[in-house]
Amino acid sequence: MPPIGSAFPVLLGLTGEGCKIPGPDNGAPGAARFEAQDVACIRGERPVFSGVSFSLEPGGALALVGANGAGKSSLLRILAGLLGRAGGTLRWDGAPLDDDWPAHRSRLHYVGHLDAVKPTLTATETLDGWAHLRGRARAEAGALAALGIEDLADVPGRYLSAGQRRRLALARLLATPAPLWLLDEPTVTLDAEATARVAAMIARHRSDGGMAVVATHGELALEGARRLDLDRHAIAADALLAGDETGAGPEPEHEAW
Amino acid sequence: MFFRLVGRELTLAVRGGIGSLMAVVFFVLAVTLFPLGVGPELGLLSRIAPGVVWVAALLAALLSLDRLFVADHEDGSLELLMLGALPLEFVVLAKTAAHWLTTGLPLAAAAPVLAILLNMSVDGLVVLVVSLLLGTPLLSLIGAVGAALTVSLRRGGALIALLVLPLYVPVLIFGVGAVEGAVLDVGVRANLSILAGGLVGALVLGPLAAAAALRMTAE
Amino acid sequence: MATRATGATRRAKAGWTSIHFFANPARFLRAARAVYPWAAAATAALIAAGLVLGLYVAPPDYQQGDAYRIIFVHVPAAWMSLFVYVVIALCSAAGLVWRHPLADLVARSSAPIGAAFTLITLLSGSLWGQPMWGTWWVWDARLTSMLVLLFLYLGYIALHAAFDDPAKGARAAAILALVGVVNVPIVKFSVDWWNTLHQPATISKIDSPSIDSSMVAPLLLMAAGFMAYYLTVLIPRVRAEIARRRIRNLRLAQVSR
Repeated sequence: MPPIGSAFPVLLGLTGEGCKIPGPDNGAPGAARFEAQDVACIRGERPVFSGVSFSLEPGGALALVGANGAGKSSLLRILAGLLGRAGGTLRWDGAPLDDDWPAHRSRLHYVGHLDAVKPTLTATETLDGWAHLRGRARAEAGALAALGIEDLADVPGRYLSAGQRRRLALARLLATPAPLWLLDEPTVTLDAEATARVAAMIARHRSDGGMAVVATHGELALEGARRLDLDRHAIAADALLAGDETGAGPEPEHEAW
Repeated sequence: MFFRLVGRELTLAVRGGIGSLMAVVFFVLAVTLFPLGVGPELGLLSRIAPGVVWVAALLAALLSLDRLFVADHEDGSLELLMLGALPLEFVVLAKTAAHWLTTGLPLAAAAPVLAILLNMSVDGLVVLVVSLLLGTPLLSLIGAVGAALTVSLRRGGALIALLVLPLYVPVLIFGVGAVEGAVLDVGVRANLSILAGGLVGALVLGPLAAAAALRMTAE
Repeated sequence: MATRATGATRRAKAGWTSIHFFANPARFLRAARAVYPWAAAATAALIAAGLVLGLYVAPPDYQQGDAYRIIFVHVPAAWMSLFVYVVIALCSAAGLVWRHPLADLVARSSAPIGAAFTLITLLSGSLWGQPMWGTWWVWDARLTSMLVLLFLYLGYIALHAAFDDPAKGARAAAILALVGVVNVPIVKFSVDWWNTLHQPATISKIDSPSIDSSMVAPLLLMAAGFMAYYLTVLIPRVRAEIARRRIRNLRLAQVSR
């Protein structure tokens, strides 16, 4: 694949990440450490949180808690590289993620609020399509079964209920292996039985050496998970007007003309 | 991976049913309105035919643009595409290719019939198809930038037209120029080469700009 | 991958910088306050001098009589339309690459001014066309290019306004401006091409092939006056934009914790 993506990176504010397609096997869980240090987030011009630090080891889990608007989703999106952060560093095995986002993307699964289920594709096609995006020929067998929807394999998405679509979205976690799971309130439309399945999936993933960062309101049992309360990292409102006093973000590069 | 993505988009379009053929239907309808509007005089029709067909093609290509990225944005697929192994520029290229296969290509296929309805000469007809084959991918590529810029807006459809139509002006001019060159027998090569050159440029710059716009929107 | 890295950190820092900037744009405001009266005075003096020279001193054209004098408005306005679009594109590039907040503000504030110059070009061209061609509008190559440019301006303004988040709107509009500036020469070229194909027999070109030196001086004076006018209008617009964003931040500070 030619590096077209890097042709005019500066001109278009692009970030030349089109150069490298990671091999499909980068995703196997392995010993590694995922660290965040002093991560800060600003949405638009609204500061959300700052000073978020954590370190995850194989088998570890992090439960993100906090009120609505505390930035749980934003933090997960930052960890997935979907959202730029306003400061701080992220490291995988000591290497800054900024050095190689494509590699990071290949080792994470992100399940957000949206299920990405197309009404006209069957569950199997949906799952295989997701596997294709990660460079796999097809999804691992048993992913649907793990969530109890194996008999829906040939049913198009439009006939699935909200809970079933959610299960299908979560089956993605098993369709291709990846050491880091980023889950945004994964059980929100699920019944107790499915919630238990998800908890078991996460436990299994962790015992295999995987890691999970899960935004949750407490309905999901995460044994031995560290808690990160984003309410404690909120930026005070007056920081908007007196940026100098926050002390949380990096110093401004230039004091602007 | 690229071709699989194109295939997936085509599957979605085919299963989406008649909706994906709306562009061609619109194209044919719009062109057939012209004789009704300006009268059936064959000389007049053959004189305005290249412009009419091309303008209708422009508008037809515009018709389905607003869905190009919006569906994926709304259901979360866009995030997965961005997290996938294929660079976003190629994702854009794949989706644009699928858009062209479901709109531009059918337009070029339908054009001969319309050319006959408008009393165009056979030379003009052949060049019309060639110019559409070269020009409609350009329309899809430029349109992809507009679609990407407006993907997160609630009322992006009307805005896309405003953003994209001025950028379509050169395509229109050279497309029509080629057909008229053939009809008047004054040569078509210059117009067609410019279209081809534009296509090459747009193949590189279009996905870059559209991917930049999508990244920005995703934040 | 290095580009990605710097891009991300740059984005990260820009968030903070913008807060600092919005908190303390004093430096720009001070400079603007110093420049503003000079710009306003220069506008008045240059345009007055240009008008006197153009309307009274310069001789009437041997063919067009006094009607040609509208070029003293028409031509500088046309120059400014293009100049302002280039300014917008340059600021857009600067805004995308360095995330410099002033660049976004200048680009955004310039767009309506540039659109107004384009409109003046079209109107004055049309007014000139009536005595010359006996019709209010001819599809002259330059006028047609200007019309397309007006549409480009309108698209830019509309896209900017369509976003709730001004930072996003700025970035989207910046990408559009860069795409547009690549297209302006192509449009110009294509319209010239089209015009030679469809050369209407009767029109005399708006060219001024044998321009008298007594006409050059007022033309240049008017151009300089228009430039000063642009600066005079731009400064208050940027100041208003800064104030608007400050209000926005105050509001946001009210709703956040």
